[in-house]
Amino acid sequence: MTAVAEQTGQWLELFTNQPPAAEPWIQVLRDQAFARFSELGFPTTHDEEWRFTNVKPVTALSRAFWPAHKPAPIPEQAKPHLAKHASLDHPFVALNTAFLNDVRVVTVPRGATLETPIEISYEGAPEGSVTHPRTLILVGANAQCTIVETYKGAGTYFTNAVTEIVVGDSAVVDHYKVQQESPTAFHIATLQVAIGRSAAFSSHSISLGGALTRNDANAILSEGSDANLNGLYIVNGTQHVDNHTSIDHAKPHATSHELYKGILDGRAHGVFNGKIIVRADAQKTDSKQTNKNLVLSDDAVIDTKPELQIWADDVRCTHGATIGQLDSEMLFYLQSRGIGKTDARNLLIYAFAQDIVDRVKVQSLRDSLERTLFEKFHEHPE
Amino acid sequence: MALLEIIDLHAKVGDREILKGINLTVNPGEVHAIMGPNGSGKSTLAQVLAGRDLYVVTGGQVLLDGRDLLEMAPEDRAREGVFLAFQYPVEIPGVSNMYFLKAAVNQIRKHRGQEEYDAMDFLNLVRDKMQIMKMDQTLLNRPVNTGFSGGEKKRNEIFQMAVLEPRLAILDETDSGLDIDALRTVAAGVNAMRSPERGMIVVTHYQRLLNEIVPDYVHVLSDGRLVKSGGKELALELEAGGYAALGINEEEEAVERV
Repeated sequence: MTAVAEQTGQWLELFTNQPPAAEPWIQVLRDQAFARFSELGFPTTHDEEWRFTNVKPVTALSRAFWPAHKPAPIPEQAKPHLAKHASLDHPFVALNTAFLNDVRVVTVPRGATLETPIEISYEGAPEGSVTHPRTLILVGANAQCTIVETYKGAGTYFTNAVTEIVVGDSAVVDHYKVQQESPTAFHIATLQVAIGRSAAFSSHSISLGGALTRNDANAILSEGSDANLNGLYIVNGTQHVDNHTSIDHAKPHATSHELYKGILDGRAHGVFNGKIIVRADAQKTDSKQTNKNLVLSDDAVIDTKPELQIWADDVRCTHGATIGQLDSEMLFYLQSRGIGKTDARNLLIYAFAQDIVDRVKVQSLRDSLERTLFEKFHEHPE
Repeated sequence: MALLEIIDLHAKVGDREILKGINLTVNPGEVHAIMGPNGSGKSTLAQVLAGRDLYVVTGGQVLLDGRDLLEMAPEDRAREGVFLAFQYPVEIPGVSNMYFLKAAVNQIRKHRGQEEYDAMDFLNLVRDKMQIMKMDQTLLNRPVNTGFSGGEKKRNEIFQMAVLEPRLAILDETDSGLDIDALRTVAAGVNAMRSPERGMIVVTHYQRLLNEIVPDYVHVLSDGRLVKSGGKELALELEAGGYAALGINEEEEAVERV
């Protein structure tokens, strides 16, 4: 306990010194969350869930940063949902909730079809600071929308984000998260999604920046619902990116497809842990998980692990992981047609990520992703 | 000056020597057939000329227009006019045939000091060539060779050759796996490319292809050396008597093939 107390001591000071909650019920949430965080402390690599990700450098940052603007009032309909989906058993969710202040709430009314994507952008955290972005998205039944969350910045800072999404029955939601933090930033984020009956939810998690990134994407499926979890991580240098996903088939007849792809260069370290839970009740579940990695250097490392917990007997669950290098035959074939080695290499890297890029339906995002793919490896020494 | 001069070429893969002293001169306008049993080194020769680094050249020289070909990177060989039609064309998922070929032709044109093609020029160029090869235009939008039938892959090779207009074309067992109709289409594509400026090396196991693409010279490759050379009639001799008539034990060598 002393270690935990030491770790969390400085946070106690921050916690007590933060601006008062706008409303008493928010203070209640904060207190509960901080109590839980104090119990848990920061995870270490002895915790199974954090085996490959050492958060020590993250915890060293604790400069408080309070937004200058007054937080917008939280709509009545959001109150039953805020902090009710993301679990406080995750220490960083608890920490985020302990500093609950400015919540971005998006509500899409029942039956509405939004043609334009909803854009939520978090950027501009000061040097050395810790911010706790909090987003709550409530999509009504039969509604349809696209949400783009973007994280950007400059310098060294720690983004500790939590996003909760409630997808109403028969709603269709396409969610994008683009993480383009500065190369020296830390980014830890949880996405928690509750998918209603016969609803369809797609997530696209793109991780490009950050010295250390940890994404938890958790979805709970209702009867007949459909979840698509797509991910692309592109890292080089000494970047570390950890994607933990959890798909919980709580009810029957739901389908989930997961495809995470990674491109790793330099001394980068990638982690993928894909948990799929099929509850006893969730008969006729159809679930497929795939993790593919392209490793461009001798020193890049990827740890990939499926984690299947299946309690029902009439289900179809498949999973697979691959780790490969650029195919020398493909490279030679391209070169033999006059395409230079660097271009050939870039073309194959691009081709590897193609199916994830193809799934991005927001044109501007897709364009910038294509540019990034070509630029990120352009300088590769040959 | 000779287009291509191969002088006492030795090459190995791993610890095994495969080419044991090849000598061959190809002049502009000539078509040379290289025949030989499996494992004799035919494909190795083709791949070495294109610059595959799996094979290590341990001796000899190869000159293209009197310049050292072996010094050049594979892409530079292509830009200088060397083209290899692969025995096993490589599937590249995620890269469209169109994008790939446009990138290739423009790199080569740029190297030659020619203006790069825009999308319209390029489409006009490929439409004609596709017709000659009896290829469906939808193949352009599909990923390179991915999901192509064996015949489609071979036709795609010759189609690429037609678009890239090489000065030295090396065809590595382009006939393998083709039915007679596909073989004739492929051969027609190759024959349409014959010209006084262009040299060709046609590597094959069987004489069948040489009925369609009639060579000026035929060479027999056995155990890493060209053991016999002659005119087109040599291919017919081989067809009648088999490699055994030349004292080549096909069985034994087949076991050793790469």
